[in-house]
Amino acid sequence: MIAILDYGSGNLRSAQRAFETSGQEVLITSDYEVALNSDGLVVPGVGAFAACMQGLSAIRGDQLVRERVTLKRPTLGICVGMQILFSRGVEYGSHVGVGVWDATVEKLEAPILPHMGWNTVAAGTGSSLFKGVEKESFYFVHSYAVKEKVGAIPTMAHHGEDFLAAVEDGIIAATQFHPEKSGDAGLHLIKNWTDSI
Amino acid sequence: MSLSVRIIPCLDVTDGRVVKGVNFTDLVDAGDPVEMASLYGLEGADELTFLDISASVAGRETTLDVVRKTAEQVFIPLTVGGGIRTVEDVDRLLRAGADKVSINTAALSRPELIAEIADRFGSQVLVLSVDARRARTDSGFEVTTHGGRESACVDALAWVEKACALGVGEILLNSMDADGTRAGYDIGMITAVRAVSKVPLIASGGAGTLEDFASALDAGANALLAASVFHFGIHRIGDVKKYLAGHNYSVRNVHTV
Repeated sequence: MIAILDYGSGNLRSAQRAFETSGQEVLITSDYEVALNSDGLVVPGVGAFAACMQGLSAIRGDQLVRERVTLKRPTLGICVGMQILFSRGVEYGSHVGVGVWDATVEKLEAPILPHMGWNTVAAGTGSSLFKGVEKESFYFVHSYAVKEKVGAIPTMAHHGEDFLAAVEDGIIAATQFHPEKSGDAGLHLIKNWTDSI
Repeated sequence: MSLSVRIIPCLDVTDGRVVKGVNFTDLVDAGDPVEMASLYGLEGADELTFLDISASVAGRETTLDVVRKTAEQVFIPLTVGGGIRTVEDVDRLLRAGADKVSINTAALSRPELIAEIADRFGSQVLVLSVDARRARTDSGFEVTTHGGRESACVDALAWVEKACALGVGEILLNSMDADGTRAGYDIGMITAVRAVSKVPLIASGGAGTLEDFASALDAGANALLAASVFHFGIHRIGDVKKYLAGHNYSVRNVHTV
């Protein structure tokens, strides 16, 4: 069973449907034990870094993610749900994140922000997430990102400057784009992830 | 690697049905927004926009249902506009499955609504829809209401600058002069708005020929919205994308149905 963590961010229903296309049972939950014991946990997120962290902390989601990492249980962060996995974010002031990876989420330097729309990525060597969709485009909508390579298999993209589009690091993975909004390519990537858990 | 231009079909929906005729032979029910959204998704639309023109509360409730059903079947971003007046209206639409909302009249009468929505859900959910036309204002462009029939007595460029400062994430620029003419987008207006804003810009109104789409991009649009040329099958989305790809614009992979 895949759990989508509900901590107050908007459009979870379409994420649920997208993950269901992989053939898995998918549950939207904010229950700590249910989320902890799921086969795969999806951490979504929209809005600002601090607001997201606040919502996550309110259901002890930060502790939940760290516990799953310790227990080696697959976890996938999406968009701001990826950003909050880092140690720090600087949107509206400096804020502490969950700290799975030590890096700062910073504002992109680009002529047009948010980075909104479909962009290609340079899939990291040995990526299983992007297998079969290495050349496809994915739907991004964000103004902040990590600007360095982080984790075992980093995937980079470019908007104004290079930034981290996805990470695969053992049991934990994350995408800055929205696979659930990235059409067939996104559904393929989701299937790659659910097949790996 | 580069960001693709977005092609966005817009569907006017009232009481759960698409209005303005649609003339696709491969649709079972040409008035069903969910089926049309699905077909456009297959054709390679990069996003979808529903404009709710329902006049009644019941009609708006029905739209929520349409949004729900669409979001369950079509896995590309969905923007919904029309009749949004409060943060709660936005919340309902997002929960139903919309990814973004567009606001227009309500922001003109109460600009703080922009900041309220952006603070709660982030700028990325908020599209400012600007119905503008050429007029004797400071910039030469003014904002209109009531589908372009009345002047809002607001300079279009000043309004865009103000809305950006309040936190809109994107601008949908509708030329009321060009709308429905199929004589081309208002290039001067796109250029002028681009010059005063740093958020993504969606051009709307006037799309006729394939060259029109390219001209709007050259003027600074990041996305292209059109209704009738797609609904009446004058251009298929795949054809627009092929044309743009052939002229060295970055488009998302072209699918043919």
